[in-house]
Amino acid sequence: MKEMTYIAAMIEAVREEMERDERVYLLGQGIQDGGSYRTAVGLFERFGPDRVCDLPVAEDAGVGCALGAAITGLRPFLEVLYCDFLFRGMDQIINQVAKFRYMSGGQMSVPLVIRTTSGHGGNRGAQHSQSVEATFMHFPGLKIAVPSTPRDVKGLIKAAIRDDDPVIIVDAFLLLRTKGPVPEEDYTIPVGKAEVKREGKHVTVVALSTMVLEALRAAEDLAREGIEVEVLDPRWLVPLDLPAIVRSVQKTNRLVVVEAGVKRCGVGGEIISSVIEQAFDYLDSPPVRLAVLDTPIPFATKMEDFVMPNRTKIAAEIRRLLR
Amino acid sequence: MEISRELLIEFYRKMLLSRRAEEKIAEMYRTGLKGQYHLAIGQEAVAVGVCSALRKDDYILSTHRGKSHYIAKGGDLKAMMAEFLEKRTGCNRGKGGPMHVLDLSVGMLGANGIVGSSLPISVGVAFSAKRRRSGQVTVGFFGDGAVNCGPCHETMNLAGIWKLPLLFVCENNSYQQAVPFSRGSAVPDMYVRAAGYGFPGYKVDGMDVGAVYQVAREAVERARKGEGPTLIECKTYRYRGHSEADPTRGLSYRSAEEIAAWEKRCPILKAQTLLLEKGWIHQSELEEIDQQCRQTVAEAIAFAENSPGVEAEWALNDVYTAI
Repeated sequence: MKEMTYIAAMIEAVREEMERDERVYLLGQGIQDGGSYRTAVGLFERFGPDRVCDLPVAEDAGVGCALGAAITGLRPFLEVLYCDFLFRGMDQIINQVAKFRYMSGGQMSVPLVIRTTSGHGGNRGAQHSQSVEATFMHFPGLKIAVPSTPRDVKGLIKAAIRDDDPVIIVDAFLLLRTKGPVPEEDYTIPVGKAEVKREGKHVTVVALSTMVLEALRAAEDLAREGIEVEVLDPRWLVPLDLPAIVRSVQKTNRLVVVEAGVKRCGVGGEIISSVIEQAFDYLDSPPVRLAVLDTPIPFATKMEDFVMPNRTKIAAEIRRLLR
Repeated sequence: MEISRELLIEFYRKMLLSRRAEEKIAEMYRTGLKGQYHLAIGQEAVAVGVCSALRKDDYILSTHRGKSHYIAKGGDLKAMMAEFLEKRTGCNRGKGGPMHVLDLSVGMLGANGIVGSSLPISVGVAFSAKRRRSGQVTVGFFGDGAVNCGPCHETMNLAGIWKLPLLFVCENNSYQQAVPFSRGSAVPDMYVRAAGYGFPGYKVDGMDVGAVYQVAREAVERARKGEGPTLIECKTYRYRGHSEADPTRGLSYRSAEEIAAWEKRCPILKAQTLLLEKGWIHQSELEEIDQQCRQTVAEAIAFAENSPGVEAEWALNDVYTAI
């Protein structure tokens, strides 16, 4: 193991995959200069303009370009700075990328990756702070990964690049500068494999992205009160490791889902419905969704904190559940 | 360059095959064929003129009005008819239908149900060919309806930046669904827009197969030499309504006189007249060619009718390559 920042792990994953497979190439705005969030530093110098290509602000063309290349022998890795901007390429993502293999009757695969950032917690206001994973979960044909640690982001990027289907990876801005242990050897996080980040027996908290960190902090607080929280990180939203979630709920009999996206039609609703279908009898209390209150993300810190789940709110909700 | 006798006869045969196939589809639609059919009757010179300038391994991307492109690219009429009749032998195995005809084996990378959306994909396909140094040329067909939507602009700019081996072929059939081009575009010709993207644009009589072929051939040569994209605006006309769902042939937005005037300029009639004038063919040979085309269509339909249908649960396949 070595200690790395999340960003360094991301770059290392991409560099190693580009070394391994020359069909892999990068597309993105400002990517030849290392990217606005420095997520591609050194890659242009290493691989040159043939494999590290700058894009103008043109998400529709950018996504389409990745698709066209993916169906004719390349493996594009497209960076879109904020996930909010994906909506500019939504027709390509939803109507083309997600359905292309299907519509063709399986004549080709679509091995492309779209990596993007959710920007909450940075006072960026309503159009640079959303977590929109749930939107993409709705559409069959896409796979979605949501990393929470340097180790996971490296393994998820590698798995995504090697996968033959389109994968969207959403990294939270708040995670980019976090540090953690990363294995020295080559590894991937297998598609659809969740991980229990902390074991416990009183309640299962399924948490995504930054909320994994918040849930782990809440679990520490609660441990001092004798409450043992199990924190489960799905890592992949599609395909979702439902068996792992169900197993955990069968053990703890209580379920909380925490996300940085909006509550209505969110990831939590989907996970809870699926658990209820399979393990209703194991639940001792109604499942809980902790998510952004149904508003856009406001600018002012006080208001953003108010609508966004965090350590304190997670702990309070669990205390209420177990009362 | 003068078109040779052999070439003109070949063009004539291809246009007529497309015409007879689509006439048959219209007839079948009236007696219950399912699906939405946008026919290119009247526009055959564009598909045949352009595709005749291509190699078999070159790529085309098409529109909702894509059957003529598929046929002109050397597509399998049997597989297409089987697709429309919902058979397992269909080119898309019953998952595509008339708006999604796709056949990798002839480089047909898809008709497309969303106006303008195949253009971004065509950029990726051309990018891939350039990166792989395969020498393949890509053609992005689009209608005048696509000209005024965002992807068209994003795509042409990107193709211009990267000097891609790409032909943008606009089939300006005068109506974007029901809106006349004059009401949908600030300028009467769209080819002039090429200047804004740094590559040449040409206007050509889209009812003259020889003229289309010559412009396309030069553009293909340019592309193969690495000199970048070309925009070709083919002025043409569709004789049918936007789709077969409109049995009036569009009389709510255009006059019967206008249709009749364009019918006098029929590209097939034009080629036929030229062949006869030059003494390159006898009337009896023309009739023979027509008979052969009708026979080919009949055989394709018979093949489709005799093919086994699909299984309902195949609907679950091909969403992902592996999950």
